[in-house]
Order: sequence, then structure tokens, then C-alpha cells
Amino acid sequence: MADALLEARDVAKHFGGVKALRDVSLTIRRGEIYGLIGPNGAGKTTFFNCMTGLYVPDGGGFIFDGAPLLADAPHQAAERGIARTFQNIRLFANMTALENVMVGRHVRTKAGVLGAMLQNTATKAEEAAIQQRAVDLLHYVRIEDRADDLAKNLSYGDQRRLEIARALATEPKLLCLDEPAAGMNGTETAELRELIDGIRRDGTTILLIEHDVKLVMGLCDRVAVLDYGALVIEDVPAVVQKDQRVIEAYLGA
Amino acid sequence: MKRRRKAPFPHIAVDLRLMDIFLQQIINGLVQGSIYALVALGYTMVYGIMGLINFAHGEVVMIGTLVTITVAGTMIKAGMPVVLAGFAGISVAVLVCIALGWGLERIAYRPLRNAPRLTPLITAIGMSIVLQNMAMIIWGRNYMTFPPLFPKIQYEFAGANFTAVQVIIVLVSALTMGGLLLLVYRTKLGMAMRATAQNPAVASLMGVNINRVIAAAFVIGSALGAVAGVMVGSYYEIAHYQMGFMLGLKAFTAAVLGGIGNLGGAMAGGILLGLIEALGAGYIGDLTGGFLGSHYQDIFAFIVLIGVLMFKPSGLFGEKTGDRA
Amino acid sequence: MKQWLNPRSTLGITLIVVALVALPFVAAMGGQAWVRILNFAILYVFLALGLNIVVGFAGLLDLGYIAFYAVGAYVYALLASPHFGLHWPFWVILPIGAMVACFFGVLLGSPTLKLRGDYLAIVTLGFGEIIRIFLNNLNAPINVTNGAQGITMIDPVAIGGLKFSGTTQIFGFSLSGPQKYYYLLVALAILVIIINLRLQNSRIGRAWQAIREDEIAAKAVGINTRNIKLLAFAMGASFGGIAGGIFSAMQGFVSPESFSLTESIMILAMVVLGGMGHIPGVILGAVLLSILPEALRYGVGPIQMALFGKMLVDPESVRMLIFGLALVLVMRFKPAGLWPSPERKRELQGDA
Repeated sequence: MADALLEARDVAKHFGGVKALRDVSLTIRRGEIYGLIGPNGAGKTTFFNCMTGLYVPDGGGFIFDGAPLLADAPHQAAERGIARTFQNIRLFANMTALENVMVGRHVRTKAGVLGAMLQNTATKAEEAAIQQRAVDLLHYVRIEDRADDLAKNLSYGDQRRLEIARALATEPKLLCLDEPAAGMNGTETAELRELIDGIRRDGTTILLIEHDVKLVMGLCDRVAVLDYGALVIEDVPAVVQKDQRVIEAYLGA
Repeated sequence: MKRRRKAPFPHIAVDLRLMDIFLQQIINGLVQGSIYALVALGYTMVYGIMGLINFAHGEVVMIGTLVTITVAGTMIKAGMPVVLAGFAGISVAVLVCIALGWGLERIAYRPLRNAPRLTPLITAIGMSIVLQNMAMIIWGRNYMTFPPLFPKIQYEFAGANFTAVQVIIVLVSALTMGGLLLLVYRTKLGMAMRATAQNPAVASLMGVNINRVIAAAFVIGSALGAVAGVMVGSYYEIAHYQMGFMLGLKAFTAAVLGGIGNLGGAMAGGILLGLIEALGAGYIGDLTGGFLGSHYQDIFAFIVLIGVLMFKPSGLFGEKTGDRA
Repeated sequence: MKQWLNPRSTLGITLIVVALVALPFVAAMGGQAWVRILNFAILYVFLALGLNIVVGFAGLLDLGYIAFYAVGAYVYALLASPHFGLHWPFWVILPIGAMVACFFGVLLGSPTLKLRGDYLAIVTLGFGEIIRIFLNNLNAPINVTNGAQGITMIDPVAIGGLKFSGTTQIFGFSLSGPQKYYYLLVALAILVIIINLRLQNSRIGRAWQAIREDEIAAKAVGINTRNIKLLAFAMGASFGGIAGGIFSAMQGFVSPESFSLTESIMILAMVVLGGMGHIPGVILGAVLLSILPEALRYGVGPIQMALFGKMLVDPESVRMLIFGLALVLVMRFKPAGLWPSPERKRELQGDA
């Protein structure tokens, strides 16, 4: 498929005897918002971790942007253009919001130790650009007024936004959000939805793991359902919603 | 401190030399390893429960040895029977070490529960310096002779020699460790300790008194340390205020080797380290064509440690603590 | 972060400069021994700031830092002494020492940096011991290090015609050997302070802090954590190597005894006691911990004589006892160090 950004092929992962992923194959197309849903323990986060290199799959693999992804190399996933957020927010708690986003620029910049020590023009220019980009991104997720606050002192909703800004700083082709709406109230969820929609409009493909089925169905172009580590269905929301197997999985047949 | 390994025995036949050395070094290694294991348990219990490298544990062992020398030595000089003197010496040493361990935790470490990770480590280093120098003020800077508490009997087996003291060391260590396992796996306190090691917050919610559990880990570890101190003293027959440092270091290495926080691991790590050192010292000359001599003995511990951790980053028997996203 | 270097008034900086220039002359009034103590304090500042990169910035617990110092010292000793009959100039050897130390840093770091913190601590500690034992025993069958006797008659630093040993007359001032080393050391210390400051506020510095805060998140944003950690390790090692070279030249003598584990621990204590990751704090820690034991050395004996009329206890052990207690007490009442960075302080208050 010409428009495929990420293809998962028969990805399998087990922990001891537990099969967390059973040969999952799916395709995320360029420019879409792709939802991955499933009951608790269905293997969504495991899939995420395999894709972003935190886990090494026991079988299968990923093709991203035309070339295979290396297993066990999380920093290379980011370099290739996959950025992620975490289900239980992982910010650099004792760094400021601005610094968090600046760290996100790491992979797209290159000043080394020598540059830092000599403070040559190139290094200074790069540093200024990093800072400018970080400020812009804080603006983009609308927390620019919290730039100098420590990440841990931000409100829950702002922390979620900061994590997205940090991920965007790596200039991802694919942005993976792991339950971004968890713990959010109605207003916050609506704002988040707007933000995600905006990011897609600005050209980034999005993979969304979510518990909030309503959010997923309303936002996503296509949805995949995992249950017991296996792919149940991959289709547009209207079809998925009516699928008998999905209803069973959620109601617990 | 430089501890001298028992000299090889001169009557060993030349052609059988390597084989005889093998058995001899296995025996020496087992004995040394039992001592490491006892000391390693003190490190591993405290680490398992509160994640602290109790640097001062080696000094607790040293104080155990020196207290025994003072008590038992004085009683023997006063003409009392050796058995009585030995019993009194060991008992007082255990009590003193328990008090010391308990005091260390209560005064130095407990106030630092929520401090940054390195803070209690520096405190432990500070306490180690304090204890060492207190010992120097009390006992002086000279080597002291350890009173002969156990009969001096020499046995021979297949060309290898061993003494009653060596047998006693292995037996006492085995019994003590067995007792510890019973305590940890068969009593309520042991269950509380295991629960705290798993997850202090949850254990505390379940009604486990964390302070008591931590204090217990220090007290038990120190008591084992005192026993180890008596064993070391009996084995080498001399003692010194600096002896705890290298011993502690090796024992900690043993604990890491076995997988720190794991009781069985500490025991196995201790024995293994003793064996590796003894065999290494016995054969290094032959292995390197005389290039390296037995004075390189002390590096084996660390080389093996680095090697093991490269392939098994959590130690030989440690639980894999995987990254969780 | 930089405001302490850019003091509010020029007066402040002038005073500091005047004090730094005048200090060796003031110290010399108490005898050249005090100038040497001063020199060691600055050497420790240098070492502590090198270790600060590893421990303070990257959060890697290194208990074998002295090994790199030893490597630097022996490289200098071997290349500038009668031992091998080599007398290379110090500005050639110093970079070599740094590179060799760096090589050892990478050698140790590359397989072990994936280990979790406390394991890394014990591995580095073991490495330090291995280096010391080799230095102690590499006198046979080939005499490389001259064993426990160490290497003597090491060339002093010489820049152009200016030898750093013995007294020189400059501009009507009479400068003793230690006083000349003092100025060299101050210059190097200022250099390492600037490097520390610049690193801290750089792309690499942020990556170190990110790893310290959350390694998984750091990986997820594309930081090659292994390489970045290795970088910190190698940089720290290089600084250790340079400090070792200067130590060698200044002392004219090295032996394995100077590189015991206690020294590693001492330098770590300087970093933590002063305020990990906070440059002014680390400087304070280094100065305090290097001067305090010396001051006690001069204090404990005479005070006992004055109080009791005789030596009750060995001054050496009282000195170390007080030192140990000071460590414990500072950690008890200032757990983030004597002069922590503002962030660390907040961090601690957040946890408590």
C-alpha cells in the first residue's frame, strides 16, 4: 500500500506463559487518526512498547515509512519519526516545562560536548533555535504561560499537553498517544480532542490508544480492536461499533 | 587490610601438586565463602528492604571481632575456662553488634528515609569512618591476637589439610543461614519483611510496621555480622580496626553477585566468591605463566563481578527488574 | 544559573580576584605547608567538578573515580621521570593522560552503564580497586609501575624556561614552587568551572538531566541514553586524568597508596556534601572537605595539650572521627547538601 506509514506484521509478544500479543498485523495510513482500543489487558500498551522499541517482540516486526524498525532501540524509533506519550505521564519532573520540550529537540539537533564548551556561533544559533521552537510548541498546546514552572507543578491536564508538546518537538511522522484522556473531565477531553485534530491537520499521523470509546469513535478515521492480545477487527468506526465480536469483548461474553 | 592466606603445605608431592592444590583451595574457598555469605546477608537484607548500601556493616563485623577479643581474651587471661570465655565473648559481641545496628538505623538512617538517594549512602560512609576511628581509639592501631576459642586440630583428607576451626566455621554459617531462612519464610516477622521488600507502601497499608521491619533487618544483619566477626577472628587469629573494610567490600560484592536483595543469592554469592578467590589465587600463577602472582587475589572478586553483571545485569539469582513503561 | 558568576557588582568580582591572587601569600605566612594544602584544595575542586559531571549531571554513581586520577598520575610519572628515562614536556603528557584516562572510562563504561545505579556503584568501586592492585603489583616480571615503592623524581611542570619547582623572582616578588602551582591550579579550576557551567546549560547537559529524571522517557524522545551516559563517564574520566597528571608533577612522587578507595569516597563526599549538580556547592564541598581534615590535624593535638596537658588520644583518629561525624550531621540536617541548587531543594521539599 502506497499510503501506509506503519505496518505491523504478525507482531507477537509473551511474558512467561502469558501471550500479550498474538500475531497482530495492522496498517496505519499516512495522515489518519488511527484508534487502538480494547478492554483492560488486551495488549494495547504492549503493542505500543514493541513499536517504540521498549520491548523486543518475540515474533514479527514493524515497517515504518518504508523501512523496518529495529527492535530494542527506543531512541532510534524517535529518530525515525515515532514519538509517544505515556499512559501514566512521564515528564522530566524537576525540569521546567520549557526544558522538557527543549529535551524533545535533542534528536533533531546535534551540538556536542565540544560545541558546548567552546560556545561557537553554530552552537549558540542552534541553542537559540531550540529554545524558540520549544516556546512555539508550548504556545501550540496552549501552556506557554507555564513555561518556567517545573513540570511536576503543572496541573494534570497541562502535564498531558506538555507531554504532547515534548513528543511533537521530535518532529514525528507518527504521534502515538497512550490514553491521553485518562482522568480528564468533559471539558478537558473536548479540548484534547481539538488539539489532536489540529495536530493531524498540521500533517502528523496519529495513533491513539484510548479507553474512552466515545472519543475514539468520534475522532478516529479507522479503529482497531484488540482482545486477549489478538486483533479482532480493523475498520472505520461505524463498522467497528456494530461488530458483534467487539460488543462481546467489551461486555465480556 | 592484607589478609594472609594459609601457606600451602610443604609436604605436597610435586606431580600431584595441581590436584592437591585444587582440593585444598576448595576447602579454603568454602571457609572464606561461608564468612562472606554471613556478612553478605547483612547487606542484602538492608538493601532488599530499604535500598540502602549500608557501608558501615563491615565495621559492625570488625567491632564484633574486637569485642570478642576483649571479653574472651580477658576471661581466658583471668583463668576462666575457654568454653565459658568463648560463650561469653560471642554473646557480648552479638549483643553489642545488635545495639550498634539498631542504633545506626535509628539515629543515622531513619531520619533520611525521604532524602535524595545518595544522602543515606554518604551517611553510611560517614558512619563507617566514625566506627573505624572509634575502634582505633578504643583498641589502638596495632594488630591484636584473637584468643584460641576452638581446639587446634588438624585433619588431612586426600592430601588436603583442614582444621577444626574451618569445619566449625562452615557448620556455624550453615546453621545460622538455615535459621535465617526459617525466620524469613516461616514467621510473621519474616512475612512482614518479605512484604516490605516487595512494596513498602502496600505493606504499610496492610498493617506492617515498616519501622519495626527495617529495625529488625538491621538487628538480624548485625547479629549475623557479629557471628561472622568471631569466625573471621578465629580463622585468621588476628584482628585490626581496619579489617572490616575489605571484608565488607567483598561481602557486598558477593551480595551483588548473587542478586542483591535475595537471601539465597547472598549465600550462594558468598560461597562462590570464596571459591573463585581461592582457586584464582591457587592457579593464577600457572594460568598466566607466572606473569601474575597470587597477590592479585583481590582482583578476582571484582573481575568476576563485572563479568557476571555484563551478562546478568541483576546478578546470578536476582529478579529481573524490567523497564516498565 | 549563571548569576553567581555575573555578580551584581564589579566590586564582588574584583574582591574575588584580589583574594584569589593574594591567597597564596597569606597562606605562606603560616608556612609553605599551608600553600600546599591550598593547592590540594584546588586540585580537589578540579576533581570534584570532574566527578560532578558523572554523578551530579548524569546521575551515575561512580565510586571508582580515583582510578582515572591514578591513570593520569602514572601516565605523567612514567613519561616524565628517570624511571624509563623519559622526560616529555607536561603539555604533551597532560592530554595523553586525559586520553588514556578517557579510554579507561569508555572501557569500563561501555559494558556497565546499562546496570542500575547501585550496581554501577559497586562495579566502578571494583574497577578502582583493580587499577590500584595492578599499580601495586606491576613491578614484576616487567617493572612498569615500580610497585608499592612508587615512582620518584618526577619532573615538575615547566612552561618555557619557567620551572615550577624552586623559588623564582618575578616583578620583584619571590614566588615559591607551591605558589606557582597555585596559580596554575586556579587557572585550570576556572577553566573546569566554565566547562561545567557551559555543559550544564547545553543540549548534552539537558540530555543528562533528562536521563537522571526518567530514563525511559529520555529514550522515548530519542536520546541514545547509553552513549550520552558514556559521554559523561568519559568526560569525568578525562578530567580525572588531567588532575592526576598535575598531582604527579606537583608532588614529584606517586605511589599506589594515594589512590585508595577512601580517596574516591572522599571526592564523592565532596560532591554530595556540597550539593550534587550545583557547581558552587561542589566547590564549597571540595574546599571544606580538603581543608577540614588538615585544619583538624593542626587543631586536635594542641587543643588536647592545652586542655589536658597531655595527648589522651591519637590526634589522627580524632581528626577522622570528627570528619565522619561531620558527614553524618550535614546529611542529617542538610540532606541535599550544604549549598544545593534551587531545583534540588525544591525537589527534596516535594518528596518530603
